[in-house]
Amino acid sequence: MALTNDHTVKAFDEDLNRLRGLISEMGGRAEQALLQAMAALKQGDLDLAAQVVRDDRKIDALEAEVEQLAVQTIALRAPMADDLREMIAALKIVSVVERIGDYAKNIAKRVALMDQTRSIEAIPLLMSMSSNVAELVHDALDSFAARDAELAVRVTVRDKNVDDFYNSIFRTLVTFMMENPKYISESAHLLFVAKNLERMGDHATNIAEMVYYVVTGEHMEERERGEQPEDGAAEQEQG
Amino acid sequence: MTQDDLTIADPKMRAQGVNVFYGEKQAINDVSIDVGTDLVTAFIGPSGCGKSTFLRSLNRMNDTVASARVTGTILLDGEDIYAPSMDVVQLRARVGMVFQKPNPFPKSIYDNVAYGPRIHGLAPSKADLDMIVERALVRAGLWEEVKDRLSESGTALSGGQQQRLCIARAIAVDPEVILMDEPCSALDPIATAKIEELIHELRGKYAIVIVTHNMQQAARVSQRTAFFHLGTLVEYGKTTDIFTNPKQERTKDYITGRYG
Repeated sequence: MALTNDHTVKAFDEDLNRLRGLISEMGGRAEQALLQAMAALKQGDLDLAAQVVRDDRKIDALEAEVEQLAVQTIALRAPMADDLREMIAALKIVSVVERIGDYAKNIAKRVALMDQTRSIEAIPLLMSMSSNVAELVHDALDSFAARDAELAVRVTVRDKNVDDFYNSIFRTLVTFMMENPKYISESAHLLFVAKNLERMGDHATNIAEMVYYVVTGEHMEERERGEQPEDGAAEQEQG
Repeated sequence: MTQDDLTIADPKMRAQGVNVFYGEKQAINDVSIDVGTDLVTAFIGPSGCGKSTFLRSLNRMNDTVASARVTGTILLDGEDIYAPSMDVVQLRARVGMVFQKPNPFPKSIYDNVAYGPRIHGLAPSKADLDMIVERALVRAGLWEEVKDRLSESGTALSGGQQQRLCIARAIAVDPEVILMDEPCSALDPIATAKIEELIHELRGKYAIVIVTHNMQQAARVSQRTAFFHLGTLVEYGKTTDIFTNPKQERTKDYITGRYG
């Protein structure tokens, strides 16, 4: 895949590079929001949680900027072939990254609701799951920046680990709730956190699938999906 | 998204292993392509890539160039158009051509369209000729604009109208194939849109081949696109595939604006 810094019209390259820069920045912020939200959750850090919520506005603003630039480039440059595919993917990727930011914000908002105890045994599992998810998001966006279809495929394969984590946390929390009924409310919040992380992993997979399309022009074959999460609501969305 | 079946059932024209030489210089190298009536075929490529040369070999316009020589086979309904028995005048009636610059005769609008049918003896009576002229002008989308001034000179029309007049003139002899060589390059966007709409209307009635530098135009009007470069046919495919996912690097570089 040739790097696209060699158009006859140099201004087109500048537009493309700016678009990629914005998407990288947006991805970096979403990944950061995820890590900060989980740190805030672990430490009960309300200030950090509030900052994650505030910073989400910047992610939203970046999404709007990318959309505007992509629409403008489509209108003015009439991109074709891989350039066209990149525009379409850029539009879809930023809306996915924006969703990832929203899930991080949602996790951060729960920090204030569960300040009683952090002794629930699912917490370490959740932390491991979140670093897995952060890596997936990171690698998915790296694969976009590097036009790396192989890395994109690996991201989709690794998403199965995240699903396994989710299933395991689900079981752990259900058992914990049965044994400790007074922590049901907290545990329920943690279930939502796990669900958010699981959804973020799916979104990283979506990004990887779009990257694959940009690079190859083909759609990734329906990957072997792991078992569906055990709550039977894998596609459930929450804000 | 896959380039599944590119075969054209019952091709109107079929070029096989065509080479074109201008003197010693080879302008077209081993090109094979089929052209059908249901699909508009666009030839794209940089200047000098041979697309116009190849187009002109499809109705033997290259015969007018003394040094030009064509080898290989070009069939029209299975009949070799370079066979000694082929009547070139008849051939050009069956395979009409529209050029880059509108070139109406310095005659009335009516006579421009009536010219071909007259010399080919297609109209036994004045009434027949009137009907042929009207039908051609209607098909070319020009009738409403000129029906009250058919005796005015064709050269007095606007550029876009002149080009549609030339298309009407080509249609009037009831051709089977229409070759268009950059038919819109001298026209403004509205006149261009009218020609493109006309191409859409004519699809299915005639096999249409259009050479264009305007890739957006190729994308808009054609169902099949052939990319030429340095006298070879680099890639032929469905227009949607060529413009979203070309298979050849050279095609991609050209259509994305990375060429040269």
